[in-house]
Amino acid sequence: MPDLFAAAATPADLTAARMQMAVSLGWHIIIACFGVGMPALTVFVEWRGLRTGDDAYVRLAHRWAKAMGVLFAVGAVSGTILSFEMGLLWPALMAAYGQVLGLPFALEGIAFFIEAIFLGIYLYTWDRLPRGLHVLSGLPVCVAGVASAFFVVSVNAWMNHPRGFDLVNGRVTHVRPWQALFNAGMPLQTLHMILAAFMVAGFTVASVYAAGMLRGRRERYHRLGFLVPFIVAAVVTPFQIFVGDNLARFLATQQPPKLAAIEGVGHTRSHVPLSIGGLYVDGRMRYAIRIPDGLSLLVGYRPSTVVRGLDAVPPGARPPVNPVHLSFDAMVAIGFGLLVLSAWFALAWRSRRDLPRSRWFLRFATLSGVASIVALEAGWVTTEVGRQPWVVWQHQRTAEAVNPAPGLWVGLITVLAVYVVLTVATAYVLNRLRTQSVGAPQEGWPEVYTP
Amino acid sequence: MTAAQWLLVVGWTGLTLYALLGGADFGGGFWDALAGDTRRGMAQRRLIDQSIGPVWEANHVWLIFVLVLFWTCFPLVFASVASTMYVPLTLVALGIIARGSAFAFRKASTELWQLRLFGGAFALSSVLTPFFLGTVAGGVASGRVRPGLARGDLLYSWWNPTSVLGGLLAVGTTAYLAAVYLTADARRTGKTELAEDFRHRGIIIAVVTGIIALGGIVVLRADAPRLYAGLTGRAFPLVVLSGLGGLASLALLARRAYVIARVTAALAVAAVVWGWAVAQYPVLLYPDLTVSGAAAEPSVLRATLASVIGGMILLVPSLLWLFALFQSREATK
Repeated sequence: MPDLFAAAATPADLTAARMQMAVSLGWHIIIACFGVGMPALTVFVEWRGLRTGDDAYVRLAHRWAKAMGVLFAVGAVSGTILSFEMGLLWPALMAAYGQVLGLPFALEGIAFFIEAIFLGIYLYTWDRLPRGLHVLSGLPVCVAGVASAFFVVSVNAWMNHPRGFDLVNGRVTHVRPWQALFNAGMPLQTLHMILAAFMVAGFTVASVYAAGMLRGRRERYHRLGFLVPFIVAAVVTPFQIFVGDNLARFLATQQPPKLAAIEGVGHTRSHVPLSIGGLYVDGRMRYAIRIPDGLSLLVGYRPSTVVRGLDAVPPGARPPVNPVHLSFDAMVAIGFGLLVLSAWFALAWRSRRDLPRSRWFLRFATLSGVASIVALEAGWVTTEVGRQPWVVWQHQRTAEAVNPAPGLWVGLITVLAVYVVLTVATAYVLNRLRTQSVGAPQEGWPEVYTP
Repeated sequence: MTAAQWLLVVGWTGLTLYALLGGADFGGGFWDALAGDTRRGMAQRRLIDQSIGPVWEANHVWLIFVLVLFWTCFPLVFASVASTMYVPLTLVALGIIARGSAFAFRKASTELWQLRLFGGAFALSSVLTPFFLGTVAGGVASGRVRPGLARGDLLYSWWNPTSVLGGLLAVGTTAYLAAVYLTADARRTGKTELAEDFRHRGIIIAVVTGIIALGGIVVLRADAPRLYAGLTGRAFPLVVLSGLGGLASLALLARRAYVIARVTAALAVAAVVWGWAVAQYPVLLYPDLTVSGAAAEPSVLRATLASVIGGMILLVPSLLWLFALFQSREATK
């Protein structure tokens, strides 16, 4: 058996590998949210169009299916890159733990297969299948998208809460793959991500129509284009905050250093205040807004609850505090902002079956898409940076998982360049789709453009 | 047979299907590149677009399936290949990004300059991606990936005679498969002229690929003696089968029997993929990492095998429906 202990060729290579992973994961996760959330929105409006005969629903379904075609393709390829990078950047992780974390990936592969097959059918049979059957052909896409998210995030939860194997003389053995899949972090973390996907998809699609309504386009098509995704996202928001709160409490017992980094708790003690904002300097939170006993109350419902601080683990096993703390605060702040926006809408809808009259509502709704994406990224920074310096928590350090080959930074620069181009092109094409005339989604190039 | 052997068969079947289906999609891009200027090439590009549009994403998943199966069931093999082949696999990854997104962008585009730009990116990456995948295969087959992390040479493990041969063969076979598949697609949709175009191209590329393969015998003998011994020994029937399949599909193309030509063309390519496996078995990585030595623990293998079998119950009918829908005569129009 060859020696599997790895170290980067140079420190710059390790940083490059981490940055490359962060960029490709952070990029993919945005698109993946649309893959999870958007099929349900699209199939729903198509079904409403079928039931009511309302042309506005049918046009929305066409438009969203077309955008979904682009987003799904970009999501499929940016996700493939991640599976390459697992080996290209972190071969020692895969060599040692590939068999432990492999099963959920295999299941995800099957789910993604189903998704790709039925997306092909759904997008290309708009005028071939009977309309009811066509709506049905979209349902596997909705289910498989959620299932993919579940399996992939269960792997991430495993990295935070590794289970299902024994270490004997430093070697992984007695692998119990189902136990690894059903690890302690899996239920809350997967739920948190799936709800986040529906929020991102809902608020982002709604924000496009909110911008249109601000420009005075108030006809039924725009109203529905706003209402359907916004209501979905607004309904999900309070549940998401509830799940997130439970997840943070779960960390207090299951991954204390991450919670300590999130809240900047240097020392284990009771009566810990909740720190909002601020900076962690020399082992102390400074310039933060403090709510006395706040964190102790949130964790154990009593001021006397003891919260474990960073001093519970040796200095070499502590995550960096400021990025984790500030990301977490940004995520929570946006979450509550979106909750207020949702409540505002709910009140107006209850009293007059209409949107709030104020133009400020539409202005904030226009921002809600970008805000939800920022919250999504902040959440991933919290969980990934909060796990450092480990890649498999308390078992394998990130620095030990990296590819020892030299020159990883060249790969980073290349990948960055490609992602910049990809971002510009995706934004450009999606923006074009917003204004183009609508037809059945994948009918091909219009004849008028035939040279 | 042990669970590890079954999973190797499943993985290799996945790889074969990727070569046959995903490969044909790459080949579509190859012909897209050679379709000529915007006016003359439009009909060909439209056919390519229509043929691979609904299926390319599903075909592409075979690659992910194979990757995941290898890292779960043969983790050290996956880690060794990925870390040593860092350079070509990064290029493959970028090629996959460029190809998939450019194809989708072109689909959503209406103006000529956009069609050209995205079409160009799609076509170029469709040629480069299989080339680099082929160089990886050549490097592994010629024993240049050692078990362990980045143990092989970072440049010469994939830039050597066998790898270049693998790359050229990969491009040739993808183009050949695509041409054969497209002839039948063209005729089914009533585009007889296009069918003739692709028939000619199929014959030309079959001859070119055949010459490369024959020349490859010399290369392998000098550069990859173990593989050569396997291919001329235990795997020889498969090599012969591949040659016969190639000749048969040439004859069938000449006689315009496009649907059967698809089968023989696929057979010719599949026989090469399996010929490599048979020639090398049971060694996964030279010098001595074998199937049983590289396999994950039995609990993992059993769980994976059960998941794959369960998955196939869902996947096979779905895939059959997908292909049936788009290989049947146009229901509308």
